[in-house]
Amino acid sequence: MKTSLLKLDTRTKKRNAAEARFKAYGLTAIIIAMLALLILLTSVLGNGLSSFRQTFITLNVELVEDKLDKSGVRDLEVMSKVTTISYAPLLRDALIAELDERGIENPLSNRDLGDMISKEAAATVRNRVLANLDLVGQTITFDVLASGRIDAFFKGDVTMESAVLDSNTSPEALTIAQQLADVGVIETKFNWNFFVWPDASVQRPEAAGLGVAILGSLYMMIVVLVLALPIGVASSIYLEEFAPKNRWTDLIEVNISNLAAVPSIVYGILGLAIFINFMEFNQSSPLVGGLVLTLMTLPTIIISTRAALKSVPPSIRDAALGVGASKMQSVFHHVLPLAAPGILTGTIIGLAQALGETAPLLLIGMVAFVREYPAAYTPEAGLFGEASTALPVQVFNWTQRSDPAFVERASGAIITLLVFLLIMNAVAIYLRRRFERRW
Amino acid sequence: MRRTLQSNEDLDTIMLSLTTPLLIILALAVIGFFLAKSRALQVAGGDIRGLVSLPSQHALNTVLATIVPPLAAIFLISLYVRITDGTGSWFFTLVVIGLAVTGLALSLISIKQESRARTYAERWILGLLIFASTIAIMTTVGIVFSMLFETFNFFGQYDWRDFFLSTNWSPNFRGNSDLGIIPLLWGTLYISFIALAFAVPIGLFAAIYLSEYAGPRMRSIAKPAIEVLAGIPTIVYGLFALITVGPFLRDYFASPMGFGESASSVMTAGLVMGVMLIPFVSSLSDDIINAVPQAMRDGSLGLGATKSETIRQVVVPAALPGIVGAILLAASRAIGETMIVVLGAGAAARLSLNPFEAMTTVTVKIVSQLTGDTDFASPETLVAFALGLTLFVITLGLNVFALYIVRKYREQYE
Repeated sequence: MKTSLLKLDTRTKKRNAAEARFKAYGLTAIIIAMLALLILLTSVLGNGLSSFRQTFITLNVELVEDKLDKSGVRDLEVMSKVTTISYAPLLRDALIAELDERGIENPLSNRDLGDMISKEAAATVRNRVLANLDLVGQTITFDVLASGRIDAFFKGDVTMESAVLDSNTSPEALTIAQQLADVGVIETKFNWNFFVWPDASVQRPEAAGLGVAILGSLYMMIVVLVLALPIGVASSIYLEEFAPKNRWTDLIEVNISNLAAVPSIVYGILGLAIFINFMEFNQSSPLVGGLVLTLMTLPTIIISTRAALKSVPPSIRDAALGVGASKMQSVFHHVLPLAAPGILTGTIIGLAQALGETAPLLLIGMVAFVREYPAAYTPEAGLFGEASTALPVQVFNWTQRSDPAFVERASGAIITLLVFLLIMNAVAIYLRRRFERRW
Repeated sequence: MRRTLQSNEDLDTIMLSLTTPLLIILALAVIGFFLAKSRALQVAGGDIRGLVSLPSQHALNTVLATIVPPLAAIFLISLYVRITDGTGSWFFTLVVIGLAVTGLALSLISIKQESRARTYAERWILGLLIFASTIAIMTTVGIVFSMLFETFNFFGQYDWRDFFLSTNWSPNFRGNSDLGIIPLLWGTLYISFIALAFAVPIGLFAAIYLSEYAGPRMRSIAKPAIEVLAGIPTIVYGLFALITVGPFLRDYFASPMGFGESASSVMTAGLVMGVMLIPFVSSLSDDIINAVPQAMRDGSLGLGATKSETIRQVVVPAALPGIVGAILLAASRAIGETMIVVLGAGAAARLSLNPFEAMTTVTVKIVSQLTGDTDFASPETLVAFALGLTLFVITLGLNVFALYIVRKYREQYE
């Protein structure tokens, strides 16, 4: 039943349909964009969350004196000559004993059984022993890393079918692992060490961590903050409050807006040519990384600082000048404190940008494999001069390795990076909401 | 410290030998602060009303006069030492400390009742501010010179005609390499084209919908969500291309349709880069569409046009220059983007039309020629600087042109 007397002619109907179509296009575009974000995040989270959990084997290891300290004098120097090669059989024997005790069938050769334990485990035990020589001769319970394939099995990335084709593991090993897990000898639990351990070699993805990368990123952020904030604020104050309008200041302004759009890799070339080849700072040091990132974030900080300074009304300046303050005093005593929240927000966003930047760091040698935690200061290398890597570069590094377990690690590192960025942006938004003043 | 600077180790000695002079300068500044304060009071006969400037301003002036000249000297000398590689470090230390002492003494002597310490101190500060603002200029100069210098070196060893006109890229670290930029440029432009073909319609429609149709609630959710895409580091997009998009495209499109078996391809990198560019296009276009005066819309609607007709025939044409500017900025982003193509596009330099084949870009080759063991005398390494300079010139040109258009357009309606 019709309720309206209005009859739409064909042309109007056509136009209305076009209107609806157009609107639908817009909505589709937004849905595609949101969907892309959703897929991106789920893909990274889905791949990476498992890297925060790690599979451990609990073993009662008999630290046989014959193998570890033949002389029996418990001399640290002699015992540190005993390499991990001597420790690995002890762990394997402990695993065999464990299997016998539980009555688990063992069709594997000793070598294959030993491969169920991470190569890192022997080093862990060795370090414990060297730290406390009295342990030799006793039977100690260790929680050691399972090998990468066993770990991947419990995370669902390796299956019985895929193990048949895999030279690094076998269905039999997985059956044993499953039985050990049923009795609680093998356990997959949250792994704090992922954030603490340094990178590990290609054969032991299960032992790779983000410790060095996080430290390196932290050092670089310190350098960026210490350099970029004062320089950025000082140059914005000059440009916004003091600079006369002339060709020179015009040039600076055009320059800054162009620098903001220069591809980041170009800053890497600059860093390589100036800081490493010309000034001869250490390669892959957080100092050089920090300097490059400083130059890169300066435009961001300057642009946001200038916006913050601009938003302070002229009446504040006039009032200060009216009671006898100099121009400099009016700026430093009144305008700058009022603009501080805006400046801080801009700085944090600039830092977040710098934290995620990868390309320039590749060129200044931060791709190097670094296992030593870099010290903030050493007399030889100077301030922040020791080789280091950074979070995003570590991700890149791990993607370049062939073992698929490193992809999981890379995704885990990305999640860590994103959490840091999320925190920084949340702080920035909070500061803006809390302190921003509308005039 | 009586020694001459000869080699690289000596730079480290300067850096280390800097610590002592810096500490001396700092100590002088602290001493100066208190000396100036007490001297100002003494000059005024204990009554600060007799002074033109406050004692603290005299103190500030003294501190700045002690610190700024030696720091400037350190800055200049360290540049000079790098260039000439040979000045006595004892001489350098002497100059620096001498400057500090002179500054301290002069500023202390000049403290009188009527001296305008505030003005003097502020002159120092202004100098520092000006110096800070020239760092932006120095960065540009540094970028241009560092690349120009090595590019000249490169063209000394390799014919520039071959570089720009050869269609073959096959570096060979034993020498005799073909280093033609054309296949790299082709890969760069192809990937950027796919990225823009994906990002521009979506970004533009999203911007139009958000500014013309969406209610405040929708706006408050969708706008930040799209902008999150801009805040995600490019390495994340790179990983996304590598582990998700690449295999997906290979298994569901390239392989069944017989286009190739490669997970890294122009399509992979292009699509992921397109996602990255959506927020650039949409937020810039959003600003520009919002800047179109409401009166123009009202006029069109008043004549009976539907909303979409108004947008298509009035708003978009009015905003077109700005939108073109936004697209150009996005294009310059796409051309300079590194991590997505390093992880998503592949490393083989190829001139092909098949979008499911792996190709490579200028940025990928800069990374691969400059990482690992590099020999800065060989053309295979130096070519990276020529590539960098080409990239810089292209993106700079696009940026300048885009900013020019955007600025010119903005003035129209203000």
